[in-house]
Amino acid sequence: MRDPILTIDGLDAHYGDFQALYGVSLTVEPGEVVAVIGANGAGKTTLLRSICGLLRNTPSAIRWHDKPIGALRADQIAQHGIALVPEGRLLFPSLSVEENLIIGGQSGRTGPWTLERVYTLFPVLKERRNQASTSLSGGQQQMVAIGRALMSNPDLVLMDEISLGLAPVIIRQIYEALPGIVGEGLTAVIVEQDISKALSVSSRVYCLQEGRVSLQGHSNTVSREDISRAYFGV
Amino acid sequence: MDWVNAVVQGVLLGGLYALFAAGLSLIFGVMRLVNIAHGDLIVLSAYLALTVTTALGLSPLMALMIVVPGMGLIGYLLQRAILNRTMGEDLLPPLLVTFGLSVIIQNALLMGYTADPQNLQAGDIEIASVEVGSIALGVMPLIVFATAVVVIAALQWMFYHTALGRAFRATSDNQDIAQLMGLNRAHVFGLAMGLSLAVTALAGVFLGIRTSFDPAAGSARLIFGFEAVIIGGLGNLWGTLAGGVILGVAQTLGAKINPGYQILAGHIVFLVILAIRPRGLFPRIDG
Amino acid sequence: MSQMHVTRRTRLSTAVLILLVPILILLIAAPWWAGRADLRLMGEIALYMSLATLWNLLAGYAGLVSVGQQAYVGLGGYLFFALTMLAGIDPYVALPLAALAGAVIAAPVAVLIFRLRGAYFAIGTWVMAEVFRLTFAQVSSLGGGSGTSLSASIVRGMADGRSAREAMAWWLALGVAVLVIGSVVLFLRSRQGVALTAIRDNEVAARSLGIDIWRTKFIVYVVTGGLTTLVGCLIFLQKLRISPDAAFSVNDWTAFVIFIVVIGGIGTIEGPIIGTLVFFALRETMADLGTLYLIALGLVAIVIMLKAPRGLWGFFRDRYNIEIFPLSRRVTGLNKGA
Repeated sequence: MRDPILTIDGLDAHYGDFQALYGVSLTVEPGEVVAVIGANGAGKTTLLRSICGLLRNTPSAIRWHDKPIGALRADQIAQHGIALVPEGRLLFPSLSVEENLIIGGQSGRTGPWTLERVYTLFPVLKERRNQASTSLSGGQQQMVAIGRALMSNPDLVLMDEISLGLAPVIIRQIYEALPGIVGEGLTAVIVEQDISKALSVSSRVYCLQEGRVSLQGHSNTVSREDISRAYFGV
Repeated sequence: MDWVNAVVQGVLLGGLYALFAAGLSLIFGVMRLVNIAHGDLIVLSAYLALTVTTALGLSPLMALMIVVPGMGLIGYLLQRAILNRTMGEDLLPPLLVTFGLSVIIQNALLMGYTADPQNLQAGDIEIASVEVGSIALGVMPLIVFATAVVVIAALQWMFYHTALGRAFRATSDNQDIAQLMGLNRAHVFGLAMGLSLAVTALAGVFLGIRTSFDPAAGSARLIFGFEAVIIGGLGNLWGTLAGGVILGVAQTLGAKINPGYQILAGHIVFLVILAIRPRGLFPRIDG
Repeated sequence: MSQMHVTRRTRLSTAVLILLVPILILLIAAPWWAGRADLRLMGEIALYMSLATLWNLLAGYAGLVSVGQQAYVGLGGYLFFALTMLAGIDPYVALPLAALAGAVIAAPVAVLIFRLRGAYFAIGTWVMAEVFRLTFAQVSSLGGGSGTSLSASIVRGMADGRSAREAMAWWLALGVAVLVIGSVVLFLRSRQGVALTAIRDNEVAARSLGIDIWRTKFIVYVVTGGLTTLVGCLIFLQKLRISPDAAFSVNDWTAFVIFIVVIGGIGTIEGPIIGTLVFFALRETMADLGTLYLIALGLVAIVIMLKAPRGLWGFFRDRYNIEIFPLSRRVTGLNKGA
């Protein structure tokens, strides 16, 4: 067992008066793909937002390479090597496709990912590099969002519902590209509503239910009944 | 011919108004912030230039080299120390804080410099002129107009061809996601305000050379800048130039009819455009 | 059986409202116990309290942040002078007439400037005030750029003898203050008023409930314009002299008013009242400091906006959950039997 690169310990998260997460704990080991599943409103996006700093927390609730990062700003956490592919893509409308990718590399971290490499992964983006990013189809926008996250050469990439709103054939395309992304030592946490997809790409899975971890296990051994129970809180 | 002359002078005056407005337009585009103290900061720049020229014996145009970066620094610090705390969904805090700033600046200037009207002396260049046909074009107004065009072109270029411009556009689109790119929002806003005040410094020095100024002169400048932005349309710097020109021409034509009508004419044209084209002539974003 | 019911009253609000009657009687009797200078000061306080309450209704409740209400203050002054001196109308008739005219003029102004949002709306109101100022400066029969004085005969016609006139001026000011504050309280308790608070809290949700936002804001702006005009009449009746710069002064009729409301507590009824009292207490003690006083005001307003944005009253209200004017509904009887 290698030391986990990301440890979340007793994370509580609030939006104003509303508490979204209750004592969530999980670990992520280097190079693995961890899936986080759960119904709408279970707290999956809140979890990802907490990790990448959009929601601030107590310092030790989130540890990265054993350093407490829970209270850092999002831009500081980006410098540490954590990247988010946000739910709903959230590309910058004022920027072209290429500019969206370039700004992904703003933090200046070095690594294997360059503009050319992203274009090799998603060739259709190269054809449309100068178009307004919002003029692309949903699947293509998702590719831009993923590419933008990769351009920062992260050590951990968080993907929030990348299949949302996409046609099945596009979803398959994107998931087929995943091994090429995660292959070389990049670690990933994938939030998904599509349980079978989530299990197929991950080694371990956590299930959230109303802000709490209701199940954790290995993706290839966890049973459907266990998942159903954990998902719906029955 | 007299009317053509009035129009030409109005166009050149529009250059000065565009400079008043460019800084306003810039920070609204990046941060959706409207700085009510903007006009007073223009006047502050003029007073700073006055102090620099008197203390160092420089000409006002030379003093620009100190005043422009100086105001830029003031803008950065102002944003990071105070204005960043007002940014958010609520529209009252930035409005009331900048209003408070406006009152403070006006009265601080009053205490420091008295209410006497002041002037920046630029020497012979103030009265030099160039003959084009039967119209005399002042060299100073020409310089101001040319500067406005250059500044706006430079800002446009910066927005669309530099990393800083990308950072501005991304932050204005979505502050949260921009942070995920490693952009420190507080710093980006600070840079935007710094840039805005650097442009404002130019406007202030040119204002001081062209006419006399006093601590209370800021309100009128804010209004002219604001009218130029609204006439031209939000989010479009070239539109702001057009807006400034239209305002300038409206004022000079109004003055031609009756000197007392100059400013009122500008306001009336502004209101007419507001009535028939509420989003301005070349809008790019909504208020 | 639970004994819950919904009520607006609190013990404090009931206590204050009962006290209000003797306080009012005391105030009405002021000409008999207050000195001349004090009476004038109290009149000024009453008028500023009215301006502050109205500005607060506009900005704190309707979300219309105006830095141009001086347009109506000046309009009121000029209309009063014009109606009495040029049109020979009885001053006591001129007052409501001017208020009505102010509301009528505010209507097309609203149509125009409602095209602007947020801070641009604010500056738009300022432009309108400037248009009013420049326009009245062109009216030579009212003194043009240098202004004019209210003729002595008009003043004498209002009451017999100087002390009667001063009492009259005070009662008018007190009356307007009671009218303004009373109207605002009644309005906010009405359906329109609740709609307004809904709009302030969440415009999208309010619209989805069928509330016509534009119309509600329009009504508030027009009524505020009319009442501000009325206050303006009284201000210049007191001053006996008017000029474009004094009538439409941003400092006197907007800056001070904004500071009063911000310091007292924006978005509450009690805020403007408390703010006015604090403002005048400060002014009387710091009067000699001139520009330094204004700088201090500006600094205090900024600090309050950043640290305690709900002002003095807002701070106390949140801390201790108190309310003097019964506006919010509460459920009582929760602890008993439920």
